[in-house]
Amino acid sequence: MTPLSSTDLDAIRLSIQVAVAATLLSLPFGFAVAYLITFVRFRGKVVVEVLVNLPLTLPPVVVGYFLLLLLGRHGWLGSLLDLAGIRLIFTLKAAVIASAVVGFPLLVRSLRIGMEAIDPQLIHASRTLGARWHDTLLTVILPLSLPGLAAGSSLMFARSLGEFGATIIVAGNIPGITQTIPLAIYDYAASPSSDEMALTLCLVSVVISLIVLFMHEIMAKKMIRRD
Amino acid sequence: MQISMTAQKSFGAFTLSAEFTASGDRVGIFGVSGSGKSTLVSMLAGLVEPDSGEIILDGECLFSSTSKINLRPEQRRIGMVFQQHCLFPHLSVSNNLLYGFNRCPPQFRNIDFNMLVDVLQLKGLLDRGVTRLSGGEKQRVALGRAILANPRLLLMDEPLSALDDGLRFQIIPYLKSVSERFGIPYLFISHSLVEMRLMTDTALVFEKGRLVEQTTGEQLARNRIGKSQVGYINLLKLGRPSPASSLYSYPWGNSRLLLSAVSDNEEVLAELSSKDIILFKNHPVAISARNLLKCTVRSIFDSRGTNGIELDCSGNTLISEVADDAINELEIAKGNTVYAAVKASAFRLPGFRPSGKFIS
Repeated sequence: MTPLSSTDLDAIRLSIQVAVAATLLSLPFGFAVAYLITFVRFRGKVVVEVLVNLPLTLPPVVVGYFLLLLLGRHGWLGSLLDLAGIRLIFTLKAAVIASAVVGFPLLVRSLRIGMEAIDPQLIHASRTLGARWHDTLLTVILPLSLPGLAAGSSLMFARSLGEFGATIIVAGNIPGITQTIPLAIYDYAASPSSDEMALTLCLVSVVISLIVLFMHEIMAKKMIRRD
Repeated sequence: MQISMTAQKSFGAFTLSAEFTASGDRVGIFGVSGSGKSTLVSMLAGLVEPDSGEIILDGECLFSSTSKINLRPEQRRIGMVFQQHCLFPHLSVSNNLLYGFNRCPPQFRNIDFNMLVDVLQLKGLLDRGVTRLSGGEKQRVALGRAILANPRLLLMDEPLSALDDGLRFQIIPYLKSVSERFGIPYLFISHSLVEMRLMTDTALVFEKGRLVEQTTGEQLARNRIGKSQVGYINLLKLGRPSPASSLYSYPWGNSRLLLSAVSDNEEVLAELSSKDIILFKNHPVAISARNLLKCTVRSIFDSRGTNGIELDCSGNTLISEVADDAINELEIAKGNTVYAAVKASAFRLPGFRPSGKFIS
């Protein structure tokens, strides 16, 4: 087997960096959306649910294209950011945003399962014991959502590691800057003499995914046991 | 405690119309499932907003649809003990107990943590996780947690219905003593007549979302003998038993009773249905029932199609039920003497098996 080149090591580092950043960036938003859907009654909840789940059903390339339209220099948000001197397209930040958007439904889904398992009477008990709603949120809902949060994060992390379609459109495939493992494998696969290199990176990808999924399974089991 | 409520709440076809004024420290709300008891309690606690009306507790308005007042649950200082204990599974026993205490404004903190732990016998459990407690222990912790929040009123929403008979009778003394000791009035919600009699002085009876009667637990039970399949349950306070041949002899006031079940306690509450007492006009020559009690008729009352007979048995009270014909045949009248026969096996000691082993 071919040893890993410095470009491969860069791709591994960038992949992990993107996955960690995308997961951390999504956590507060994911928690807020899951809380809204689970505990708050409001009109148009179905629309929110559909919008949250949309990236799960759309081809990632489509998500990437929409992000390009939004964040590109002439895009609605991109033009504003451009005025502030911020450029996102073809940077690592764009790769993080792409991974965050594509993995977001998985995070919200797990968080919702965790929150729906919380007995509403516990929330009532907390309120009658003198806790305000934000106190209840921090001392009852958040700790009891931790298994769902951990399971959702691991699932999203794994999804981010494999993200290709949206990333290649908004972040490009620049070795050492935006090239993650899937993009590097794509490069190797496109060149006839690089089969072994592609295989090595594939194995690395499999090992990382296995570790993450094992952790996910353990946390999901903990969640079931608690119920 | 003085509470005045004129609140309405509709859920689909069901409408709860809670209109009453009640005062006292031990008020009960009685009704079958679906009569609106839990909704009423939730409205009082501020967990459910009434559609309209007013709730006033000790002169303070908690809710008023006309004045647009709706105090949040944490502003009402109304504690709650739920049917299911509702302990926080991620916290230890002591952290559960302190949850409300830590959130109570210092000027209202009157209850001593250690004293409460002693009263509820929770000392050895403080560091444990709540998932490792038995049903009775969990409900004791839930009670302690609610009391430590220093509420001005405690709502107990069927706190005993999730427990088996034995545990139920173990918890009742805790519920009563904690409320009395710390001077916290309570509203006790239940569908059990026995619990109403043991726990409350006043009972508000709800049927199909409306108040139909305001009475005492005892009167309520007496009025429903004819309606109840189990009759009126006499509650007999018995002392420590001694073996008597194959049975056990229990002191009951000035007399003794023979029971087939045994308890290890200094004092035990035995249940005896009014249907299991047979009355004789004269002393029978020989009968298989092991208890024959000479009684004086104190009163006769009509109870929905049957007759309740209140008997004085050497200073103790028993309620029996008989048909109209039996009253005439036995010439039952106030002041007359009758003989009450009860089988040794007719008594029920909640939590004790007939073999004498305590159900833990």
